[in-house]
Amino acid sequence: MTIQEIQDEIVDEFSMFDDWMQRYEYIIDLGKSLPLIDEQYKTEDNIIKGCQSKVWVHAEQIGDKVVFTADSDAILTKGIIAILIRAFSNQKAVDILEANTDFIDEIGLKEHLSPTRANGLVSMIKKIKMYALAFNAKN
Amino acid sequence: MLDIQKIRADFPILNQKVNGKPLVYFDNGATSQKPQVVIDAIVDYYSRYNANIHRGVHTLSQLATDAYEQARHKIQQHFNAKHDYEIIFTSGTTEGINLIANGFAALLKKDDEVIVSALEHHSNIVPWQMLCEHTGAKLLVIPMNYDGELLMDEYEKLLSDKTKLVVCNHISNGLGTINPIEFIIEKANQVGAAVLIDGAQACPHLKPDVQKLDVDFYVTSAHKMCGPTGVGMLYGKEAWLRKLQPYKGGGEMIATVTFEKTTYADLPHKFEAGTPNICGGIAFGTAIDYMNAVGYDNIAAYERELLEYATKKLLELEGIEIYGTKDLNKKASVISFNFKGIHPYDVGTIIDKLGIAVRTGHHCAQPIMDFYKIPGTIRASFAFYNTKEEIDLMIEALKKAQMMLS
Repeated sequence: MTIQEIQDEIVDEFSMFDDWMQRYEYIIDLGKSLPLIDEQYKTEDNIIKGCQSKVWVHAEQIGDKVVFTADSDAILTKGIIAILIRAFSNQKAVDILEANTDFIDEIGLKEHLSPTRANGLVSMIKKIKMYALAFNAKN
Repeated sequence: MLDIQKIRADFPILNQKVNGKPLVYFDNGATSQKPQVVIDAIVDYYSRYNANIHRGVHTLSQLATDAYEQARHKIQQHFNAKHDYEIIFTSGTTEGINLIANGFAALLKKDDEVIVSALEHHSNIVPWQMLCEHTGAKLLVIPMNYDGELLMDEYEKLLSDKTKLVVCNHISNGLGTINPIEFIIEKANQVGAAVLIDGAQACPHLKPDVQKLDVDFYVTSAHKMCGPTGVGMLYGKEAWLRKLQPYKGGGEMIATVTFEKTTYADLPHKFEAGTPNICGGIAFGTAIDYMNAVGYDNIAAYERELLEYATKKLLELEGIEIYGTKDLNKKASVISFNFKGIHPYDVGTIIDKLGIAVRTGHHCAQPIMDFYKIPGTIRASFAFYNTKEEIDLMIEALKKAQMMLS
């Protein structure tokens, strides 16, 4: 599936929820199901420093695809990264670079997108794109 | 006895819904809300007599100057400073600390010692680190115990004739501990060290008497005590203020300027370069009037009631840990806590959706969080306009968050 198709699918899933509580419960579930990052990749380099919770994102290139793994010490943050990973992992670097992130707004997480928000969602997206940029330059 | 409903009516912001729920504002440690009289003072200044001060000969300038200096006088009275000119307007606590740290750069030499406490806010750590880096002085730290109380016997061991400066907060922003500053000042004085007390968290709860404390410097911010943001005050003993060099150059702080030499203005203007926050200073005075009209004794008694009630209710929740002293006599109306196995950020985000505003994170006091080996805490800080009903709403919200997150 393309990044756009995956994003549409995520938007579809979230449209079933009536209120924030259901959305957050779903994000918490996603957080719990996120495959954990390998401990060796929980390095300073891979850390995204938000004010409030720690986030690690690791990327490697497998074939022509970029594969992301991540973790966070806060479960909501973890759920949000799980959504990002679902959208961007296992895709070509160039596609990741070109993808937009409007779906975050559409699934009702716009408030988390504010650059002043302390959870670092903007920084996570930036980090994902930076990895893609690096791999793309190498290719 | 305070009529809380009447007091709440003074604060227009409290009467609103957030995320569809009535706002419960328990982030008073970060900043307090503003009563209508303070908001009116701001509007009145800009609507009626906005002008630059200390310079103009015209009527508006005179009105603004009088109001600004009157505010300084109110602050002097409030803190019981000996003279008006011992009160320096600053942009807030942080600027006051930096002003003194910069002044001491010319006075300290290698191997002199500066003592801070383990309970400090970053703004009362970093300027001293910078000072030490610049002068070669050493930074020593008064340790604390698991209850968040500073160890006074360890403090006494740190003191020597090398100690030039002791800095400590009056009340800890992270844990709410009321520190034994009387003892700290007395012991520092015995070795001839100057003392700076950071009163940012204390001034909303109590009324310090700088002469009785015999403190050299006391700094605070208006915005935590019902005043506007961007303004604060530094109290300094006259002799110290005369001795210290100004750290900002500019207009207002000079007596004469030639390209060869500038002589500085007298106190307090020597430390007040540039056009100050005139409106903020005036409204700070209004805030002090308001706080005194409510009455600090009333505030202390009522906040104690809230603290006791909230502590009791919180302790009924499963898996909770409250950080800091269990002796409520040694604590302001601030509760820092966590739930076992749950990140404070998650709790804060969910209860925000339920209308509850608390602070989560390290509260700009990372050394405290490192001490407890936690990423942060949830901090509920109460003001005299909060109610027990609001505490009940927070407890319900916390239960819901716990249910969702575990």
